[in-house]
Amino acid sequence: MSFLSVSKVSKAFGGNTVVDAVDLDVERGTFFALLGPSGCGKTTLLRMIAGFETPDSGTISIDGEVMNAVPPHQRPTNMVFQSYAIFPHLNVFDNIAYGLRQLRLPREELRRRVETMLATVRLEGLGGRAADQLSGGQRQRVALARALVREPKVLLLDEPLGALDKRLREAMQIELRTIQRKVGITFLLVTHDQEEALSLSDRVAVMSGGRILQVASPRELYQRPNCREVASFIGEMNFFHASVKDIGEKGVTVNAGLLGNITLPRANAANGIKTGDTILLAIRPEQVRVASEGVTGEIITQTFLGERSHFHVKIAGRTAPVAVSGHPPPGSAVTLAFPPENLIGLPSSD
Amino acid sequence: MKSSRLLFGYALAYLAFLYVPVLVLPLFSLNNSAFIAFPLAGFTTRWYAGLADSALQHALVNSLKVGIATALISTLLGLTAARAVTRYRLRGANAALGVISLPLFIPDIVLGISLLLLLGTLGLPLSLASVVLGHLLICVPFSLTVLIARFEGFDRNLEEASADLGEDGWMTFWRVTLPLMLPGIVASLLLTFITSFDEFLVAYFLSGTEATLPVYIWSQLRFPARLPMVLALGTLILAVSVVLVIFAEKLRNQGVKKPVVGA
Repeated sequence: MSFLSVSKVSKAFGGNTVVDAVDLDVERGTFFALLGPSGCGKTTLLRMIAGFETPDSGTISIDGEVMNAVPPHQRPTNMVFQSYAIFPHLNVFDNIAYGLRQLRLPREELRRRVETMLATVRLEGLGGRAADQLSGGQRQRVALARALVREPKVLLLDEPLGALDKRLREAMQIELRTIQRKVGITFLLVTHDQEEALSLSDRVAVMSGGRILQVASPRELYQRPNCREVASFIGEMNFFHASVKDIGEKGVTVNAGLLGNITLPRANAANGIKTGDTILLAIRPEQVRVASEGVTGEIITQTFLGERSHFHVKIAGRTAPVAVSGHPPPGSAVTLAFPPENLIGLPSSD
Repeated sequence: MKSSRLLFGYALAYLAFLYVPVLVLPLFSLNNSAFIAFPLAGFTTRWYAGLADSALQHALVNSLKVGIATALISTLLGLTAARAVTRYRLRGANAALGVISLPLFIPDIVLGISLLLLLGTLGLPLSLASVVLGHLLICVPFSLTVLIARFEGFDRNLEEASADLGEDGWMTFWRVTLPLMLPGIVASLLLTFITSFDEFLVAYFLSGTEATLPVYIWSQLRFPARLPMVLALGTLILAVSVVLVIFAEKLRNQGVKKPVVGA
C-alpha cells in the first residue's frame, strides 16, 4: 500500500455528492497536487484527509494506519489553510511554537526548533512580530512554518498561494518547491491553478465533479491527457473528430475528415479505443506546423501572449479555428501540417 | 455658516436635555438642605455620610449578589447559544434567536407581573433567586447580541488550525477561543451586571422581603428627609455605571484586529 492511500472515498452534503468514490495513492516524499476547478471536491477531499470532514464511505490511511476514526488533533497531518488562520493573539514565534506544546520540550530545544523553522521559511528575526503586522507573503510563511515544525507525515496545502499577487506567487512557488526538497515531507497541494500544479508537483491528480480523471506526472499530463476534459483543462488544445479505421501493429489508422487518413503511433491512442469508434484527435498549438503541403486555411486572429504568441486559422468546413503557436507567415492564406506523432487519440465524450 | 451654527446650537440643546437632569443629582447631593430647591444652601458631604446605613448596605449587597449571579449565568448561556448559532448550521436558528430576544420587547412591568403570577401559581417563594430569574430573561438577549457579534468576527479556521496542530477541544477552547472571545465576554459581563443592578420593575415584583438597591431607594422616597441621601446614593451609582459602560463599550469595539492585506 502506498504512503497516503485514499480508497473509494465518498462524501455527500445534503444529498449532493461532492467526492465520488475517489481512489488516490501518494508515495512518500512526493510533491503531489490535486488540480481541479472550484467546486470539484478537492478541498473536501483534503479536509477529509486532515480529519475535519468524515467520509461517508471508503478508507483513508497514512503510512499503513487507517485514519477514518482518528480525530484531527491526533492525525500525522498538518495543514496550511487558505486563509492561513494565523492566531491573531499570538506573535510569530508563539504561532509557530503552538503545535509543539504537547511535546513538552525543554525551553532551549523549543527555541532552537522554532528558530530553525523561521530560518527555513526565511523569517529570521521576525519571531517577536505581532500577527497583525505581517504582510500576505509573511503570513503564508508563518502558516507553513507552523505546520512544518511538527514534522507531519503529510503536509496539506489548501490553495496556499491563492491570496498572493502574481509575482509573489511565482516567487513562493519556487520557495515551496525548495522547502519541500529540503524537508523531504510529503506535500499534498490543492489548487485550481494548472500552472502552479504543473510547475510544483511530481505528480498531479486532475479532479472534476468529485472524481479523479487522471493521475500522472506534469509532463505526461500535458503530453498524454487521457480525456477531453483533462486536455482542455491543462493548456490549450485543438480537437478534430475522427473515426478509427484500423488498429494494427504499426499504429492506429483513422479517418480525420479534412485531415485525411492518418496513422498515429499506438502509444498515442487512449486505451479502450476499438475499430469503428468515433474518437477525438487532439494536438497542442505548438505542435501544428506551417508547411508547404497539408490543409489550407485563412488566418483570422492573432494573440500576443508575451513570451509566445498564437494565431488562429479558419479551415473551410470546420467551425472552431485551429490555434497555432508562433508568428504567422505573411499573407492571410496558410497551409498547416499535423505531424501524426504529435496527435493524440482520445475517447469521444459525445 | 448660518446652518452650521444652527446645528451646533441644536447639538448643545440636545446634550443639555440629556445631561442636565442627570447633573441635578450630584448637585443637590452636595447641597446643605433637606429641600430640593434653588437657591443652593451651601456645600456639605453629610448626605454621603448618611449612606452608612445598615438597611441600605443590605440592599446594596443584595443587588451585588443578584447582579453578579445574573451576569455570570446570562453570559454563560449567551456564550453557548452564540457559539451554536454561529458555528453550526442549525435549522430554526433565526426563530430561536427571535424567541430569545422577545423579552427585550415585552414591557418590564408585564414581565414582572407575569413572573409574579407564575411563581405564585407554582407555590415558589419570592427571593433573590426569583429576581435573578427575572433578570436573566432581560439580560440573556444582551449577552447574546454582544457575543454573536464577537463570534462572527472570528475565523472558524482558527479553531480547526488548533485541532490540526494537535490540541483537543478543551485545549483549543483555552488557547484560542477563550483568549479571542475574552473582550466580548467581559463586555457581556459588565453590560448584564449594570442592567441587573439598575433594574427596578421586575425586582420590585419578585424581591419579596429582600429589597435590591433600586427597590430600597424607591421605598425611601416616601420619607422627604431621606431624599438628599437617595440623591447621594444615586450619584455614586451613576458614577460607577458610567465607568463600567465606557469600559464595556471599549472592550466590545476592540475587535479581532483585521489582518493586513497584500504583500
